[in-house]
Amino acid sequence: MMPELGKYAFAVLSSYGASLALIVALVGWSILRGRQVKRQLAEVEARQKGTERSDG
Amino acid sequence: MIALLTRDLQLAFRAGGGFGLGLAFFLLAAVLVPLGVGPEGATLAKIAPGILWVGALLACLLSLDRIFALDFEDGSLDLLATSPIPLEGVVAVKALAHWLVTGLPLTLVAPVLGVLLNLPGPGYPWLVASLAAGTPALSVIGAFGAALTVGIKRGGLLLSLLVLPLYVPTLIFGAEVVRRGAMGVDVAVPILLLSGITAGALALLPFAAAAAIRVNLR
Amino acid sequence: MSIWEYANPKKFMQTSAWALPWVAGLSVVTLVMGLIWGFFFTPDDYKQGSTVKIIYLHVPAAMMAINAWVMMLLASLIWLIRRHHVSALAAKAAAPVGLTFTFIALVTGALWGQPMWGTWWAWDPRLTSFLILCLFYLGYIALWQAVDDPDTAADLTGVLCIVGSVFAVLSRYAVNFWNQGLHQGASLSLDKEENVSDVFWLPLVVCIVGFILMFLALVLMRTRTEIRARRLQALLTRERIA
Repeated sequence: MMPELGKYAFAVLSSYGASLALIVALVGWSILRGRQVKRQLAEVEARQKGTERSDG
Repeated sequence: MIALLTRDLQLAFRAGGGFGLGLAFFLLAAVLVPLGVGPEGATLAKIAPGILWVGALLACLLSLDRIFALDFEDGSLDLLATSPIPLEGVVAVKALAHWLVTGLPLTLVAPVLGVLLNLPGPGYPWLVASLAAGTPALSVIGAFGAALTVGIKRGGLLLSLLVLPLYVPTLIFGAEVVRRGAMGVDVAVPILLLSGITAGALALLPFAAAAAIRVNLR
Repeated sequence: MSIWEYANPKKFMQTSAWALPWVAGLSVVTLVMGLIWGFFFTPDDYKQGSTVKIIYLHVPAAMMAINAWVMMLLASLIWLIRRHHVSALAAKAAAPVGLTFTFIALVTGALWGQPMWGTWWAWDPRLTSFLILCLFYLGYIALWQAVDDPDTAADLTGVLCIVGSVFAVLSRYAVNFWNQGLHQGASLSLDKEENVSDVFWLPLVVCIVGFILMFLALVLMRTRTEIRARRLQALLTRERIA
């Protein structure tokens, strides 16, 4: 299944490896930060909804 | 506006260090490079244009954050912003003051350092000409960078990061003028392009810098 | 129905919540398809051997690194002229994506250059321009990080983006003037004669589409995060004042 890369195997494989690693890191970081912010926002929104009534 | 210019110049001379610092740095860079590279005249002659231009650029960078930071801290920038002079004019005057205390002395001292670096004879007039044509652009671009970072504490490093990529075209054309001049080749194209960049930067960047200052004073 | 409706954060959140899974899914499908096609089912080039396979990452990443900056420029202009917050946040969200693509283009370029030109790095116009582009991205991101007030940060980075674009173009020409370079010309152009041959061209186009979709998906997702972060900050400030 693996194609014959010949003497350039290192260049080709490390290009794919490095690029995919960078992409995965970027996507993972974006998703993690998205979740984190979403959770914090939900917490604060819930908390403020609770206090608003006691204010008014 | 002239009053503002003389005030800025007086401050630069009086504050001690602000004036001489850039020059001293330029001198040091030009002395250190041969110590690192080795004393062969031919090698030095080859890299002299690049070193002189990079040194001038870094020396310029060194004093950029002073352009607006002090006035921002003591509140005189707010006064200047509300004064009858347009803020664009204030920026231009301050860039001019910066050029007079760094760019101009650098231009005048550069031939002496050229001797230290074994710059070939025909290069000298072009060294002075390219610095005279290019350093105003360095000051105006720097004023723009300083205007962006004026509200940030310890913005010096950020300022360098923002300004250095903007200096690339000036550096390339400036050093190219000296290199071609030193080799005795026609320099018309790079020096015209260099002057074009300076003229464009002088005409447009004060507006961008003034906009950035207005945002920072909000 | 006009495009400006999406300037309303609520409307943007609704629409992007619906669009994001589709764009993300499509981008994964096209990327996987294009890269597998390129990696396993294309022949070697008679001159460059198996290193042509790098083209499926190198060219799309380089294209999108430049296009991301153009998108940031447009978004900054929209923010400065029409004051739509979503636009400013989209520019902020796009910058790290563009920076990552710039890195991919540089890394794959170095790995490709080593066997072909015998050097990892050459001060070639295209390579140098990308290094400068990388610096522009770093400066832009650093300025966003350094300014506390979000509107001030958006204004300042917007101005920087516009001035930076002008200087980026100037640098491109300056660098061209300075060194003629090793890099080959464009791999894709409308002129059929100059194109790479069809066997390489089709999977390359699939990969480019995949990169475009990936960019869109990431920007959508990151913009949603930025909008939420902005609202979170506003709520926290209100809490502190109350």
